[in-house]
Amino acid sequence: MKQVMDYIEMKIPAKPDYVGVIRLTLSGIASRMGYTYEEIEDMKIAVSEATTNAVQHAYSNEEGGEVTLGFGVYEDKLEVMVADSGKSFNFIQTRNELGPYTDSSTVEQLSEGGLGLYLIETLMDEVRVLNHSGVTVFMAKYLGGERENNGTTATTHEAN
Amino acid sequence: MNLSIDVHQKEEEVAVVLAGEIDAFTAPNLREELLPLAEEQGKIMMINLKDVSYLDSTGLGVFVGLFKKLKENGGELRLVELSDRVRRLFEITGLGNVMNISAK
Repeated sequence: MKQVMDYIEMKIPAKPDYVGVIRLTLSGIASRMGYTYEEIEDMKIAVSEATTNAVQHAYSNEEGGEVTLGFGVYEDKLEVMVADSGKSFNFIQTRNELGPYTDSSTVEQLSEGGLGLYLIETLMDEVRVLNHSGVTVFMAKYLGGERENNGTTATTHEAN
Repeated sequence: MNLSIDVHQKEEEVAVVLAGEIDAFTAPNLREELLPLAEEQGKIMMINLKDVSYLDSTGLGVFVGLFKKLKENGGELRLVELSDRVRRLFEITGLGNVMNISAK
C-alpha cells in the first residue's frame, strides 16, 4: 500500500452553513492533484452528502456538535473521511479499523443515508462506513479512473 | 454559495428560475418558498435550472416533494434547461424516469 503523502484535517460546526466550505476545500485539493472537472464535481457531491449526514447526525445528538473531515492525499488517490463525533481522529488508525467489503445486503441497514449514501457509492471508487461512538464515512477516488466504480458497495462495520 | 429564487406567477403557471447552489444550507429555504405554491389547485410549475451550479440529494428531495404535492393537487412539475451535470444526477438516481425533465 502506498503511503499518505499529505494529510489535511478540518473541523466545522455541525451546521449546514459550512457544507459549501467543505466543497471549496475539496475542490482545491482535488484540482491540485490533477483530477478532471467531472471527477471533482462527483467528489463534491459525495463529500457533501457525507458531510450533510454527519451534520444532521451530530446536530441531533448534542447541541453545538462538530464534524471532522480528513483528506488523505496519495500519489494515485484521494481519501476522505467524515466523522460526526467531533473528535480528532488518527487517520491511519481509523482507516485500518475499517473492515473489508462484505455482503451488499448490509447497505439496507444504512437507512440514515438513503439517497445520499447511494450517491456516495455511485460516485466514489471505495466507500466504507464505521459505526463507533459516532459514524465515520470513509471514501476514496483514484486518479485517472484507475478503478471502475461499478460494483462499489458500502459496508458497515461495528467497533467499540 | 447561495441560491437565488425568482418566482413569476401567471394564472395557473408558476415560472421559477433558480441560480446558485442547492445543498443542505439552501434547500430548506427553497422548499419553504415553493411548497405553498404547489399546494394550490392545478398549478403547472416550471423550474429553470440553467444556472444551478450544484445540486445534491437535499435538492433532489425538494423536487420530489414538489412533484408529489403538485400531482396530488392536479398540477404538474417540469424541470427545464438542466445542465449535463444536473441531468446526470437525475439519471443516476432514476428520478429522470419518473419526473418531467428536459435539457431545453
